[in-house]
Amino acid sequence: MAVRILYFAWVRERIGKTEEVVEPPAGVTTIADLVDWLKARGEEYAYAFENEIVIRAAMDQIHVQRDAVITGAREIAFFPPMTGG
Amino acid sequence: MDEPRTDDPASVERASIVPVVRIQAETFDAAAEAAALVRGRTDVGAVVTFTGLCRDEDGRLAALELEHYPGMAQAEIARVAGEAARRFPLQGLVAVHRYGVIRPGEEIVLVVAASPHRRAAFEAADFMMDWLKTRAPFWKREHPLGEPDAGGWVAAKAEDDRAADRWVR
Repeated sequence: MAVRILYFAWVRERIGKTEEVVEPPAGVTTIADLVDWLKARGEEYAYAFENEIVIRAAMDQIHVQRDAVITGAREIAFFPPMTGG
Repeated sequence: MDEPRTDDPASVERASIVPVVRIQAETFDAAAEAAALVRGRTDVGAVVTFTGLCRDEDGRLAALELEHYPGMAQAEIARVAGEAARRFPLQGLVAVHRYGVIRPGEEIVLVVAASPHRRAAFEAADFMMDWLKTRAPFWKREHPLGEPDAGGWVAAKAEDDRAADRWVR
């Protein structure tokens, strides 16, 4: 299942990409699984997610928790806590 | 009790307004936005306009740079505005949020809430800003004066989370 992943702010800087299309293996079913899978892809991912509890996620542009099921998602984004306003 | 409660279940039926939400790089005119909201109307009793500005942090800051998540920024602020319209008896609601490089003295964010009575207008604007700060996908980076590339990302504040939590029910 190919899914587009977006990164913002210092998560983007640490990974060194604004977005990519990835194809996680079967068994990667939740946001937490996806983070674990990404962390194993390289040290830049491990660095971005080193304190993964602070990283927020959105699925198809809606905030989700770590246990959200990603099946069918078209777009998943990872970013630090928001500082707008 | 001459004013209606602003959180009563009947307010669900009042959610008929369509909030205006804009995400833009350009500056905005807060007074013009507020005037446009009430132009031609005679039923509005209160308009609260909140403008968030870029501070210079005691002269230390050259600019803020706001990164945003296009698409979701619009959608999320629209969701927050929709929730405000459900919770409070509003007659109009406008939210504008800028992105890009913003210099001290310039505006960052605008909320205008119109209601028959002041309490709902104040509370709706307050609610909008509390939820927008913790939910709208924007991230601020500081550009310090004299060393524009040395700045870091602004950290989220626990007090903003606590402010947003005031409205959870």
